[in-house]
Amino acid sequence: MLKRNIPLAIVFLTAVLLIIAFFIPHRPFGDLESRFLNWYTIVLGFTMLLGLDSLTRHHLVRIFRRTEGWFYSLLLILALVATVTLGLYSWFRFRSPFALQAPFMWLYTYMIIPLQSTMFASLAFFIVSAAYRAFRVRNFSATLLLIAACLVMIGNVPLGSDIWQGVGRLVHAVVPSVDFGAFSRLEGFAAVKDWLMSIPQAAANRGIAIGLSLGGIAMSLRIILGIERTYMS
Amino acid sequence: MILNIIGTWVAATLTLAILSFLYKDNPLYRAAEHIYVGISAGYAVIYAWSFDVYPMLVERFNTNMTAHNNVEAWILLVPALLGVLMLTRSNLTLPALAALSVLMLVFHSFSWVLVVLAVMCVAVFIPTLIDPKIDWISRWPIAFTVGIGSGLALTASFQGYLLPQVSDTLRPLVNANNIVVFVGVIATLFYFYFSKEHKGALGTVSRVGIVFIMVAFGASFGYTVMARISLLIGRFYFLLHDWLPIIR
Amino acid sequence: MNFWNRIANVDRRVLYLLLALSVALPLITKPRTTVPVSEAVKGVYDAVEALPAGSVVMISIDYDPSSAPEVQPMLIALLRHSFRRNLRVVVMGHLALGLPLADIALNQVAPEMDKEYGRDYVNLGYRPGSTALMVGIGREFRDYFQTDYRGVPIDSFEFMRRVHNYRDVGLLVSLAHGTVADYWIQYAGGRFNVPIIVGCTGVSAPSMYPYLRAGQIKGILGGLLGAAAYEQLIEHRGSASLGMPAQSWGHGLIIALLIIGNVGFLLSRRKGKK
Repeated sequence: MLKRNIPLAIVFLTAVLLIIAFFIPHRPFGDLESRFLNWYTIVLGFTMLLGLDSLTRHHLVRIFRRTEGWFYSLLLILALVATVTLGLYSWFRFRSPFALQAPFMWLYTYMIIPLQSTMFASLAFFIVSAAYRAFRVRNFSATLLLIAACLVMIGNVPLGSDIWQGVGRLVHAVVPSVDFGAFSRLEGFAAVKDWLMSIPQAAANRGIAIGLSLGGIAMSLRIILGIERTYMS
Repeated sequence: MILNIIGTWVAATLTLAILSFLYKDNPLYRAAEHIYVGISAGYAVIYAWSFDVYPMLVERFNTNMTAHNNVEAWILLVPALLGVLMLTRSNLTLPALAALSVLMLVFHSFSWVLVVLAVMCVAVFIPTLIDPKIDWISRWPIAFTVGIGSGLALTASFQGYLLPQVSDTLRPLVNANNIVVFVGVIATLFYFYFSKEHKGALGTVSRVGIVFIMVAFGASFGYTVMARISLLIGRFYFLLHDWLPIIR
Repeated sequence: MNFWNRIANVDRRVLYLLLALSVALPLITKPRTTVPVSEAVKGVYDAVEALPAGSVVMISIDYDPSSAPEVQPMLIALLRHSFRRNLRVVVMGHLALGLPLADIALNQVAPEMDKEYGRDYVNLGYRPGSTALMVGIGREFRDYFQTDYRGVPIDSFEFMRRVHNYRDVGLLVSLAHGTVADYWIQYAGGRFNVPIIVGCTGVSAPSMYPYLRAGQIKGILGGLLGAAAYEQLIEHRGSASLGMPAQSWGHGLIIALLIIGNVGFLLSRRKGKK
């Protein structure tokens, strides 16, 4: 009863309240909706602390048992403690951890930004390697994908304008009646890219997202009605 | 000024440490990786406290008590209790949160909600030591968050996505773009219909759908390339401008 | 091993070096380029231009340092444009790691344009809650933000006294690197009809076009290109415009590698069939 039925009832009642409040925003539903959304924000603040326990436990065990790589775990724990200490000190002293002169802001600017940015920046190298080694036109679909990708890549950068201008000069040289200025202003590659993005790409994306949306609605209904209970495990 | 110079060198070292992975895995990269995880975890604690628990719970409680809205003040203990019950899943955070509350009481300002929060954390922590299986109680706050999320998502999916997008697809087929969009959306939806084998008319429409999907994936790849190179440009600009003043 | 096999099996570190050079050299030589301005970017510019002076622009910082090279230039350009038009800027965020980036941008742009904290702009800070917050502030901001990010009551700022919910916001800007922009459009735009423009990374940009076509958003700044085009429209070259030549060379390298790799593949396949 306590372990299963009460959570199911909580899910059902909160969800139904929100749906009713959508249609009847007046008292008491609107007020209740507002209060529950507020409570949701507060509870989410606590959930940010959830992963901390398993992370610290795992690395503390590695340090105390001196397993392989324990030194890195020590670095992790030290970094965590230093961050919390600096953050709390900055909050006490400057009323916000992100005051310009706060030590926590130094940590953010010179450690968090470079670490996170570089982690994701290194993906560019992997894309180059993948594009060269793995992207092969084995069939019609792959060829279509490659052509679309190349058109978008050319249209996205000034290189596309430069190539278009080169084409314009060639056309003007062969057919002098073609006005080079007017031809340049067409910005052929950029125009093709914009059309590709706005029309066929948007259509496919819309179709995929409609499917996802319908799936999401079905999943929400299943959760509300208690058919889907994986969140309780 | 000197702190900025030290900071720039620290940032450059960390940047090069992460990039060194491109050559091969090495201790410098692993050290930087672990420091990153540690800092991110610590950051979450600071944020949870400074921008959620303190302003939404403690400050609001104090404001309501000052304005003599006692009911509005004390009712905030309900989400606080839900949050504490949620933490039975990671029970080491309970004494940590209690300690943080006591720290605030001692060094910052007195507030009854901090006292109650500390007591709640300890009161919930002790049973978890005796019987760890008591973490089933975290299902209640999880159910609350899941219920809120599902209730909001249901109406928003219809109103915010499905209806406007379907409505826009059903435009008069008076120009090429409208025709292409209409055909594209229908064909894509048909491609993802797997309850029947893709043969005959369904097969033909599905193959048209594949054409649109491949164009979309190609466009997505093109934009992803731009995104990744942009991030690299940002890092190189830092190294060549802020650290080594090669770019002037 | 024939020529094409050797080319196909080149060490990946050579490719990395080529990419590094193709990005670094244009940054050092700094060639000036112009970028084509799309209708999506023009929509953003027109949306800000259409606001009367004194209108409130709410900017949601929904990105973090991992996307800052693409999205930060958009924020800086938007702040310049908004301040130039004497709009009031309210900054808030959904991503914990992102909000200090807003502070960095505001501290850069506001002094240059003689704008004062509290009079011309306010930073409300971060709150978790995502979709709940988006729906909740449709009723009243103060249910979530009674103080700004420094703990100062928001009613102590004159222009914030008349801002209670989306009805008092002239334009909502979501600068996002994930699905948060979708949430703004569906939860805030769908329910409260607040005008929205989106600035997003290149990865998310394709998924924004259906919203643009359906009129759910007024414009898109997609990736570094979008940021550079917007800088061009407001006639203030920033880091996005500086990065486009490097972007150009990088794209050129990848297209060349794609062509070389596939030519080799097709030739090898034809040889294999013979």
